[in-house]
Amino acid sequence: MEELYQEVILDHSRRPRNFGDLPDAAVRVHGDNPSCGDEIHLGVKFGASGELQDIKFSGHGCAISQASASLMTIKLKGKSRAEVMETFRAFHNLVTDEAAEAPKMLGDLRLMQGVRKFPQRVKCAMLAWRAVEQALQQTTGESTISTETDTGSS
Amino acid sequence: MHQIAGNRVDWKAIREDFPILREQAHGHPLIYFDSAATSQKPRHVLDALRHYYEHENANVHRGLHELSSRATEAYEKSRKRVASYLGATTADEIVFTRGTTESINLVAQAWGGKFVRAGDAILLTEMEHHSNLVPWQLLAERTGARLRFVPVRDDGTLALDQLPSLLTPEVKLFAFTHISNSLGTINPVAELCAKARAVGALTLVDAAQSVGHLSIDVQKLGCDLLAFSGHKMCGPTGIGALYGRAEILDALPPWHGGGEMIVSVTLEKSAFKKPPHRFEAGTPNIAGAIGLAAAIDYIERIGRVEIFKHDVDLANYAVQRLAELPGIRILGPSTERGALVGFVMKAAHPHDLTTFADQYGLAMRGGHHCNQPLMRRFGVTGTTRASFYFYNTRAEIDRMIEILHAAVRFFS
Repeated sequence: MEELYQEVILDHSRRPRNFGDLPDAAVRVHGDNPSCGDEIHLGVKFGASGELQDIKFSGHGCAISQASASLMTIKLKGKSRAEVMETFRAFHNLVTDEAAEAPKMLGDLRLMQGVRKFPQRVKCAMLAWRAVEQALQQTTGESTISTETDTGSS
Repeated sequence: MHQIAGNRVDWKAIREDFPILREQAHGHPLIYFDSAATSQKPRHVLDALRHYYEHENANVHRGLHELSSRATEAYEKSRKRVASYLGATTADEIVFTRGTTESINLVAQAWGGKFVRAGDAILLTEMEHHSNLVPWQLLAERTGARLRFVPVRDDGTLALDQLPSLLTPEVKLFAFTHISNSLGTINPVAELCAKARAVGALTLVDAAQSVGHLSIDVQKLGCDLLAFSGHKMCGPTGIGALYGRAEILDALPPWHGGGEMIVSVTLEKSAFKKPPHRFEAGTPNIAGAIGLAAAIDYIERIGRVEIFKHDVDLANYAVQRLAELPGIRILGPSTERGALVGFVMKAAHPHDLTTFADQYGLAMRGGHHCNQPLMRRFGVTGTTRASFYFYNTRAEIDRMIEILHAAVRFFS
């Protein structure tokens, strides 16, 4: 139990960081997980060289999805597109691959490794990440994603 | 079976009939509170399946050999058993299907395709499972018919005062659930059927949550059609039935084409069998039907009146104990309810709660329960649901309360 719900995860789920609206967001992505009704609204702003200058999220969901989103925003702020995608892949491996070593670059996100033992909860952990993946595919505008149409690489 | 001691049911001995109840989950004794999703199976049913495959297995209605006769006889005997269990007039009123969902789709396609036109209305309720909603949405798209919904009140009961404006002559069918799978509400089926009949509408009852828990007599209820699944009433998965009054089934065209359902076939054209075989194309789920009949035998040995009393007692006890928890909201009626309780807790999301409980061997369901519109109606994205059957005990509910208290401490 404590392996899945680490104290840091519970803390982020109770007091999510970077939570709220990003008024001058260039891209907004609305994501949902229809299997449980969880929702995320992600706002992203890009800097001069295309880096992820600011990111905020709102919505509601389980402790796993909230903590994942909160930790993600901290980790990704200031990262280049390439770095974001590299982090995305590392995190996806972390929560899906039984054998994956947790790379140092993930920092506190490594605490979410417990999710891999709960295959039903991978979608919860990935919701915010699917949203940011979508955000990177556009430079402006709004879009929606859903974990149920996800044909991802897991 | 050894569950009857004198005139009293020995509920403790009944647990012995269910081998799976001895299982452990995550190192704890299993507490199975997910029977509204699927019930567990007594040895009696497992033995019937095994007996069929070891002594009778062959295809039905065509072989001229001994085994085929045995299989056909066992299959058709099962149909009679279902008919008597539901109070149907004849076994021809029972069509075997894969379950409730397929039964409803059969009606939506065969009956809906023939009788529903643009401008007609199908009346449903806001508390329907997706299986009694989506088939009608598809029919409405095909035909231009409109869907109407009886609203649900805050207490989880149907707003029957609104029926007069909804149940008008345009309504060709009123399809509703007997017991809500999320709220536990028990709907007044006989009253609803009588009101529908008065405006010339047919009625279809979704009995998925009721058929294994209380006595059902289709004559007394006055319904025209009734759908249910075997796996929620101690039977195997993949088998269920549609009851349809003879004159209604007689008027319906086939919905699936193939073997078993024809009288004669030329390259251009076919003639079809009478109901129920007209609706059972292909090799049916023979073992499933036999297992379902065995489940009915088992349930009737205990008695549906006794089962209902036991299940309602558990549900009421659960509601009473759950109310002790901080920040809890219990959905559904406060008076009479079926064998389940849906609730939300401030401390934790339903998925966190069910994951937590699972670590202590407690199996519950968290989510929308195939009831997304109803969840929206109550302003929640999902609930945690504990659902019971006659093999559950008050002691298990006490343990659930302990585990939920621990969850509150853990998550807040």
